[in-house]
Amino acid sequence: MDQQTALEKVTTIIKPYAKNLAPLEEGNLDARILEDLGVNSARLVDIILAFEDEFEISIDDETADKVRTINDAVRIVSSQA
Amino acid sequence: MNRVVITGMGVIAPNAHGLEDFEQALRQGRSGIRHMSRLEELNFSCQVAGVPQEYEALAREYFAPDRLVAMNSGMIFTGIAGLDCWRDAGLPVADPIEGPVDWETGAVIGTGVGGVDTLGDVVFPRVKEGKVRRIGSTSVEQTMASAVSGCLGGLLALGGQVTTNSSACTTGTEAVIQAWWHLKAGRARRMMAGGAEGVSEYIWGGFDAMRVLARGFNDRPEEASRPMSASASGFVPGSGAGILMLETLESAQERGARIYAEVVGGHVNCGGQRNGGSTTAPNPEGVRRCILGALASAGLSPDDIDVVNGHLTATMADPLEVQNWASVLQRAPEDFPWINSTKSLIGHGLGAAGGMECVASVLQLSRGFVHGSANCQDLHPALEPYKSRIPHQTRETDARILAKASFGFGDVNGCVLFRKWE
Repeated sequence: MDQQTALEKVTTIIKPYAKNLAPLEEGNLDARILEDLGVNSARLVDIILAFEDEFEISIDDETADKVRTINDAVRIVSSQA
Repeated sequence: MNRVVITGMGVIAPNAHGLEDFEQALRQGRSGIRHMSRLEELNFSCQVAGVPQEYEALAREYFAPDRLVAMNSGMIFTGIAGLDCWRDAGLPVADPIEGPVDWETGAVIGTGVGGVDTLGDVVFPRVKEGKVRRIGSTSVEQTMASAVSGCLGGLLALGGQVTTNSSACTTGTEAVIQAWWHLKAGRARRMMAGGAEGVSEYIWGGFDAMRVLARGFNDRPEEASRPMSASASGFVPGSGAGILMLETLESAQERGARIYAEVVGGHVNCGGQRNGGSTTAPNPEGVRRCILGALASAGLSPDDIDVVNGHLTATMADPLEVQNWASVLQRAPEDFPWINSTKSLIGHGLGAAGGMECVASVLQLSRGFVHGSANCQDLHPALEPYKSRIPHQTRETDARILAKASFGFGDVNGCVLFRKWE
């Protein structure tokens, strides 16, 4: 899957969980999901499940723990999808 | 001991959302009971229920998406009624992230059954399938007993005691009494109090199996909830939330708050499931002691009560309830207080019932009316002597003291006394 498609899908999945949408709207790939987007840390679990469903992949816990920025998410899902 | 008054209210009920709409619904006798196709699909005997209308669309207006993903219907009702109550009390809503904590305000928000919709739809199926990981992160905060109070505490940045009580159908009224005690004792300036119950076939299925839900009115939903009627056939399950802002009189006057009524007395007890009492039926002595305890706490006599907003669910217990009131009050039928049942219009909200009905009670007192009790033109024969005191149509009154009672499984009782603020 190309990076642009992966980015669009990742953004769509994360958006409902974000308190601060500005970094998403600006396309800031280095934005940190917890600190910059204001996502509740517990919700990372739900975001990972949504990635698995959307991209039909399986993300183990160790890999999931490495997802800190939008870029991390795009890289991981596009490498497996 | 502090005097305690009510300075704000919020309600989302099957027949109305918001105080103005709720007042009009009560005055007009507008029913919120509807046929539920889902209950028909599931072969319920009772296929009617009271559900706040279009509440999901309302929830999207009230809550940001990141909060809504972890809110089941009981929490949504709590949030809507709680935010409305807070604003009605004239208090500023804190910023959802950076806003200050209000260390002077707490909450007692009860629920009877809680987030069983989340358990049934999300948790149980995935656990049984061996897919625990797929439950996601939001189930615990929606199914813990204190989900409703926890939700409200976060929405409003409450810093006092934030807790949930649960005592079956007495829950909402008990919450108001607990908050009243808390403020009388000087433990806070304000306490939000009431009850909430979600929409769930899992909750209602158990009552349907007990054969205590209304039968024979599936094609006439607005006639199904018939408290005090000879043709009452069981209660109509309901849902929603009603929340009141209780505040010390000193605090209310200091900030120039509008006051609806004073909470002048209250009592809760249990009949011990003896002498006619059981898990599902009240010991009459327990009921009488509860009402007398409320009167004693207020320093009032039985003659002072102008209106009784009864528990009155539309089961065979209705005549017994009125007989218990008669036994305590010792007043001739023609001198009996007005007595009505809000459940005739909204069904039985279980853990939310006391909250929604306390809001209805305070609205009636503060705005000078007693709403008509619907669907009891064919009064139960045992209630005939009180016929003139059971209004079928709304009446304007100058009532000063209203007694609100709730009774619940476990043989538990609650009675709170409100005085009109003049």
